[in-house]
Amino acid sequence: MTFPETLASWLRHDMGLIPVERHRPWSRFEVSEAQWWRLMEAMEVSRWSLLGLWAEPERVYLALRDDTDEDIAVVSLLCSEGRFPAVSVVRPAAQRLERAIHDLFGLEAVGLTDSRPWLDHGVWKGSRPLAAVPGPAVRRSYAFLPVEGEGLHQIPVGPVHAGIIEPGHFRFHANGEAVVRLEERLGYVHKGIEGLMQGRSVFDAARLAARISGDSTVAYGFAFARAVEAALGFEAPPRAVWLRALMAEMERLANHLGDIGSICNDAAFPVLLTRCHALREQVARTAVACFGHRLMMDRIVPGGVAVDLTPDGAERIRRLGTEIKGAFAIVMEIYDNRNSLLDRMVGTGVIGSHLVHRFGAGGFVGRAAMRDFDARRTPSYPPYDDLDFIVPVLEGGDVNARVGVRREEIKESLKLMAVILDRLPEGPVLEPVPGTGGEGMALVEGFRGEILVWVRLAADGTILRCHARDPSWFQWPLLEAAIEGNIVADFPLCNKSFNCSYSGHDL
Amino acid sequence: MTVSGLLSVGLLAQIVQAILVLALAPALTGLVRLLKARLQGRRGASLVQPYRDLACLLRKDVVIAENASWLFQAIPYIVFTMIWFAAVLVPTFTTVLLLGPTADLIALVAFLGSVRFFMALAGMDTGTSFGGLGASREVMIGSLAEPAVLMVIFTVALVAHSTSLIDVAEYLTGTDVGIRVSLLMALLAMVMVAIAENARIPVDNPTTHLELTMVHEAMILEYSGRHLALIEAAAMVKLLLYISLILCMFVPFGIGTRADGFAGIGLGLVVYLGKLMGGAVILAVFESSIAKMRVFRVGEFLGGALLLGVLAMIYLYISWAV
Repeated sequence: MTFPETLASWLRHDMGLIPVERHRPWSRFEVSEAQWWRLMEAMEVSRWSLLGLWAEPERVYLALRDDTDEDIAVVSLLCSEGRFPAVSVVRPAAQRLERAIHDLFGLEAVGLTDSRPWLDHGVWKGSRPLAAVPGPAVRRSYAFLPVEGEGLHQIPVGPVHAGIIEPGHFRFHANGEAVVRLEERLGYVHKGIEGLMQGRSVFDAARLAARISGDSTVAYGFAFARAVEAALGFEAPPRAVWLRALMAEMERLANHLGDIGSICNDAAFPVLLTRCHALREQVARTAVACFGHRLMMDRIVPGGVAVDLTPDGAERIRRLGTEIKGAFAIVMEIYDNRNSLLDRMVGTGVIGSHLVHRFGAGGFVGRAAMRDFDARRTPSYPPYDDLDFIVPVLEGGDVNARVGVRREEIKESLKLMAVILDRLPEGPVLEPVPGTGGEGMALVEGFRGEILVWVRLAADGTILRCHARDPSWFQWPLLEAAIEGNIVADFPLCNKSFNCSYSGHDL
Repeated sequence: MTVSGLLSVGLLAQIVQAILVLALAPALTGLVRLLKARLQGRRGASLVQPYRDLACLLRKDVVIAENASWLFQAIPYIVFTMIWFAAVLVPTFTTVLLLGPTADLIALVAFLGSVRFFMALAGMDTGTSFGGLGASREVMIGSLAEPAVLMVIFTVALVAHSTSLIDVAEYLTGTDVGIRVSLLMALLAMVMVAIAENARIPVDNPTTHLELTMVHEAMILEYSGRHLALIEAAAMVKLLLYISLILCMFVPFGIGTRADGFAGIGLGLVVYLGKLMGGAVILAVFESSIAKMRVFRVGEFLGGALLLGVLAMIYLYISWAV
């Protein structure tokens, strides 16, 4: 088989497919099982990265992005017999998504090597809750992957941790201090978001979307609103578009500040923790003064933004930018000059560039290991298509590189905030959205990476199906790789440098 | 002073010291915490907080793992008693102590070694992975720290011609020793060991919530209620003990000796409190200026302490030969 051409031309010309109607902004192609197989063969030799894999009771959807021409396409398959050929055979990052699809919809991925449940821990009242016909509850024991060898022992960690963090279980196989294998088990904060979304108005559903992962509430609100607006063929008013970006940058700034402090604290250097968290607090206080909520939750709604910037808001945010710029420079000077701290950061938790590309990991995890991808630049969306900014890409792949990407992004976000304020257009911030049907998809860069939201609206404007794919889906598996060859005691540092979302992943 | 007078003063001083170390230890820990908080830009809890914490723990119920043996319940009492007794032996504000003649450096090291042994046993007793993890790290640190301590003791003992702490303190205060390179090196080695032994940064982090990085805290994760209170109190007394030990071995100046009389002993108390505060400040500043090292770097750190101890001894012989 020859190297296939671009994704779009391959789907349209080689396969002779015609996109289905009303799927915006990217095309969706309905394929047969034989065509799905051919697609997989093509994926094996192509640079089409996985963006998402989700399901409906009788259909699976696969979103792909062509890394060569940055085109995006969705492919769907009707699973009349409750089965579909596994994508994980060619894209290992799909493995957990397929396990989750099986738990929620009962659709079986043929060829999936790991048949253990993922989100369903055997404590639900039933099984496959989102399938057309839900099943009875199934109790199963969960077998962790075996490790054999002399002197090996297990260390179970979590899901309840000593600190105030989200729940997740980590099973270490270690030989003394050296980690032989780390296996994650997630799903403890499954809330059934996808099920809850069904049948709700877009405004109710937007409130749910904003609560998928609290630290990324702006990004989720942004992505959901954009997906709904895409489905309806609606453009938000210009001022709202720019205000959304302003909030998104403030959220990115706050989270990166918090992360850098927390990473330093995990190396037992709390001086930077308190400094960084004080700065993060300043952002939150500015947010409440400007938008009425510390995390700016529920400020972005389909149709625009719920509140306009307060009259003195622009001035406050400018002042915040100046203050943080100076204070953050001092923080990073301390960081750079502390050998004992750098000794912990440099060379710890390295992930190779090939793995990052293989799993399609976005955000700072990908960019710290040479994966130059930022949804704000490609495929881009307003107002970022009209803004100049640098996407930092480093090659270390270690904890220090992940801190490095964050620190550059903080500087860029500060610049972007100032530019957005300068160019903020006048006008209304909210317009009523039409109540019609359609399918829409959006890709928005949150602080962790790109968030994908896909919606299907009924003719009356309510949600038929909504799927949100957190960037953490493609980052969690890499954490298992990052800890390889490290020692048990360095795991918290690696974990914090990833700072994956539990809530966004468990849905 | 007469012999009987000396004995009664010794007895009185001994009782005062026994109460003093116990009463002061939480305040010392509280002071270090407060100073660290201030250095981090936080307000920090008051000096009284460690007392409140201990009182709170003492009131709480004890939860014991089902598979814990009698050792698990006995060890907090053993550990607390041993540490307290060791702290009672080390001359703090006066060398006129009834139990002074028993304050032998090598005996003290044996005492602290036994405490570690019991703590490691307690860590492994419940069979949890964290207990074992902490115990294995603790024993690794201990096996590296003890040789360094012995080198320091030999150096000091060679200078003072005795392993008795009283003799060491009186020798250093009484004679014009001057600044000796070997004593300085021994001091450095001893400080490094004390940092490791007391689970301070950069070897361990006493305030961490990360189970996987803990050493001391991992061993005691299963303890609760009064058992935990005893172990926490023992850790506080241990910190005081190490600072007192360093003060007594290297900077005993101002300590009340037989020749000073009552006034001198009273003054010794004031000087001791001042020195203790100085120690707390130095510890807090040091801990705030450095990140924790990787677990396996502890070997290099304590290897450095051992090297300093050995060099201290060698320099001592060289200076005698010259």
